Amino acid sequence: MTHEILLAGFGGQGILFSGKFLAYDGLLEDKEVSWLPSYGPEMRGGTCNCSIILSDTKIGSPIVSNPNVLVAMNLPSLDKFEASAVPGAKIFVDSSLIDRKVERDDVEVYYIPATKLASDENLPGLANMIMIGHVIAKAGVMPYENVETTMKKLVPAKKQNLIELNIKAVELGYNY
Amino acid sequence: MAEKVLMKGNEALAEAAIMAGCRHYFGYPITPQTEIAAYMAKRMPVIGGTFLQAESEIAAINMIYGAAAAGKRAMTSSSSPGIALKSEGISYLAGSDLPALIINVQRGGPGLGGIQPSQSDYFQSTKSAGHGDFKLIVLAPASVQEMVDLTFKGFDLADKYRMPAMLLSDGTMGQMMEPVSLEMGEVKEYDKSSWAACGTKCERKHNVVNSLFIQPEELERYNFERYERYAQIEANEVMYDEYKMEDAEICIVAYGVAARVSQNAIDKAREAGIKVGMIRPITLWPFPKAVLNAAADKVKAFISVELSMGQMIEDVELAIRCKKPVLLCNRVGGMIPTTEDVLNSINKANSVGGDK
Repeated sequence: MTHEILLAGFGGQGILFSGKFLAYDGLLEDKEVSWLPSYGPEMRGGTCNCSIILSDTKIGSPIVSNPNVLVAMNLPSLDKFEASAVPGAKIFVDSSLIDRKVERDDVEVYYIPATKLASDENLPGLANMIMIGHVIAKAGVMPYENVETTMKKLVPAKKQNLIELNIKAVELGYNY
Repeated sequence: MAEKVLMKGNEALAEAAIMAGCRHYFGYPITPQTEIAAYMAKRMPVIGGTFLQAESEIAAINMIYGAAAAGKRAMTSSSSPGIALKSEGISYLAGSDLPALIINVQRGGPGLGGIQPSQSDYFQSTKSAGHGDFKLIVLAPASVQEMVDLTFKGFDLADKYRMPAMLLSDGTMGQMMEPVSLEMGEVKEYDKSSWAACGTKCERKHNVVNSLFIQPEELERYNFERYERYAQIEANEVMYDEYKMEDAEICIVAYGVAARVSQNAIDKAREAGIKVGMIRPITLWPFPKAVLNAAADKVKAFISVELSMGQMIEDVELAIRCKKPVLLCNRVGGMIPTTEDVLNSINKANSVGGDK
């Protein structure tokens, strides 16, 4: 089983962090893992994206050009990557920031107003983890029961206070 | 099996250098390798090492010369345009028979180029890293684990043969994270007392580290001696990896990220019944000539997949004595060939490669 995941949004949304979360779970599950950030000039204010591959077999290219899970957290990202998803892919859209629908009809689409939920639930800057929670629920990229262990592994000890908030955000997205 | 951690290639490489006994790092920031310097800046003071951000790449490589002359394991890192600036110092290291490790996390060129991954410094590192007759041992990692293993190996080979070694990586390998084991073997210690300027304690004659030999007979002798050592390296230190070559009729030659993409294409092509495999050079110098030449008697065509306008392809053609056609599959300027790009080349090689 191989998940080729592309997370995309703009700089500051925590795209790379949420990708790391999935990658860390893969590490803990002893899977083959790759995590590759875009590091181009577009990171400064423009689109930012991150390729994650979780697999049972040795990973070739770490570049996800045709994702089977696509997370779009702003319109330019959806515009840029919608066509690249494989048929049957699961596309997750932050509907509070993207006001159009996915045009393709050969993919499964999940709309979740993650940014709005984050602000309503007093989880500032955690729309990314709400999206990830929803991805876990609908695409099964990692077992839900691993969330807490993985989060504790990823978040450094001196930022312990953030663990609870991050877990809450994942939970919110998972149950949406 | 040691516990694995998830690390960026650049950071894993830096940690491996420290584990290999490197306590002297001199560098100057440039994307996409700055994490190496940042990591060293954090770690070196803690472990009693030296981190110094030099005023320029040229200064940094000459600091390496100093540390290496004193017999210490030293490392510098940069990316393509920065390596060009270091080339004078690299030649001086070679001319003075000094071991050191130089990291090139390549980006697109020429000129200031771009900041995205590239392999267009192949000629520079394998043929002409500076003026004069000399070689670098050139190691090409294709995973974060190899960023670690080859850093360790690079220091060892540099000491063993008293010459500079280069780790030729690219932006993808530097920026990506993969699970990696940092457990390495023992650091082999080399006795440097016969040549290093590390203090005489008034008990012996001075060692002189120098690359100026004004008598042509003497300079010629040093060059000949150096090339005898290079011949030993060519005989003993070639490293490569084979992927599905057992029954291959087409052979891809690729290193670094190009090899990773090629692996996907090979798997797909085999699903369609095309017998294709890969020989991945791990040492670009010494180049795995013999294994390629042997493969040329079995396969009908080669494909050189690289992020350059076609540099390694010349070594492939030389290695196989032009016995079989060699196709080029390439993207440049920071672009990376896709699996489909490589598949197209495989299909082409499959149809045109029949004539022997």
